[in-house]
Amino acid sequence: MSKTGTDRVKRGMAEMQKGGVIMDVVNAEQAKIAEEAGAVAVMALERVPADIRAAGGVARMADPRIVEEVMNAVSIPVMAKARIGHIVEARVLESMGVDYIDESEVLTPADEVYHINKREFTVPFVCGCRNLGEAVRRIGEGASMLRTKGEPGTGNIVEAVRHMRKVQAQIREVAGMSDDELMVYAKENGAPYEILLEIKQEGRLPVVNFAAGGIATPADAALMMQLGADGVFVGSGIFKSSNPEKYARAIVEATTHYEDYELIAQLSKDLGDAMPGIEMSTLAPEQRMQDRSQ
Amino acid sequence: MTKIGVLGLQGAVREHVRSVESCGAEAVVIKKKEQLDEIDGLILPGGESTTMRRLIDKYDFYEALQNFGKAGKPIFGTCAGLILLAKEIDGQSDAHLKLMNTTVKRNAFGRQRESFEAEIDIKGIADQFNAVFIRAPYILEVGEGVEILATYQDKIVLAQDRHYLACAFHPELTDDNRLTQHFIQMVEESKKELATS
Repeated sequence: MSKTGTDRVKRGMAEMQKGGVIMDVVNAEQAKIAEEAGAVAVMALERVPADIRAAGGVARMADPRIVEEVMNAVSIPVMAKARIGHIVEARVLESMGVDYIDESEVLTPADEVYHINKREFTVPFVCGCRNLGEAVRRIGEGASMLRTKGEPGTGNIVEAVRHMRKVQAQIREVAGMSDDELMVYAKENGAPYEILLEIKQEGRLPVVNFAAGGIATPADAALMMQLGADGVFVGSGIFKSSNPEKYARAIVEATTHYEDYELIAQLSKDLGDAMPGIEMSTLAPEQRMQDRSQ
Repeated sequence: MTKIGVLGLQGAVREHVRSVESCGAEAVVIKKKEQLDEIDGLILPGGESTTMRRLIDKYDFYEALQNFGKAGKPIFGTCAGLILLAKEIDGQSDAHLKLMNTTVKRNAFGRQRESFEAEIDIKGIADQFNAVFIRAPYILEVGEGVEILATYQDKIVLAQDRHYLACAFHPELTDDNRLTQHFIQMVEESKKELATS
């Protein structure tokens, strides 16, 4: 008897991506550049986050034609984004055979209260988090992989750093708690007790946690790995830079060898311009994508 | 103590380290080719084979890995590792390390939604082994002298060719260490042989 869509199969898929870089792409040509550069997966989108930010309006699931085109172009896994709470977008992507769905705050949420019940799906999901409570709620809903939210499309690493440090610090806090303290922590953070207990026992999350939202340079990627990320998502950072091929390769290598500073220095030479960045204080509250869900 | 390296360029490295350590051997994460001199056997973990190949080339691992195998030191490839070891890859003009006398097919069981776990019997090693298949390849054909150790739905999912072992599934994702234990025995035997030859 074989079983599909088990936790082990869904979480295991993300384990295989560890130490790698997942790149946002909007067409087959970009997908091939990403694969050639050594990406472990690509995220098929209609627009990269920087362009979604610039365009404004409502951002939805990509045209299935684009997703299909990307799936046909590469042999590495293909991910795609569905709006938060948009069960049908997620089912459509699943029906197409997408390998992973990102229930993402980069798109305009379809539901301001409920996330998708991801346990009902065969396809695995990745979700964003800013702290442990949010991480554990998403795992409770069935997410098989996490990522920091950061602040997408800004080329500014500061929010991803904040979120990764926060989650890591809270894991250490939970690991040092007694079981009775843990129940209060569960209540105060809106986090399922049983999952917190597992985190306390193992000293780490039960799923992998990648960095995302603002990674623009090889050094940014290496920084996130040093802070405890299992791998990185690069959204606008590659195809909004002046030399995507070079940036893609350099970010892949810096992610693998994140403690080899001489190498990162070499990789960072003559890269051309990184994507244009946005300072956080210039963003109005309604422009902050990370605050779109809890 | 027997030292087992786990190629640490990308993929499920930590899980293999845990599995090796549970079997009582020492595990070393290999990031530089010079480290290959320190170890008795090597595991090529699951991950993305195209990514690993690019990093193998970039860091000049290619010849070092081939020489490691040709010197008679055992190598165990899981999933992506099975692809890296194969002599031929279906539908591709060139293969990677070409150490093992097998022809393999990538993503042969389908995409992620077709990924599955199932109990399989491994000849002489383990009955009812919980095997986790993720976008898994399988072995289409084996050459002379290659022993088929397990099949699933008539597809070859585990084989041994001299001191090379390759499986299409992920033993490192469960707590069942019987297959890793088998590999460590292969390494211990080769260590004795290499010491006397």
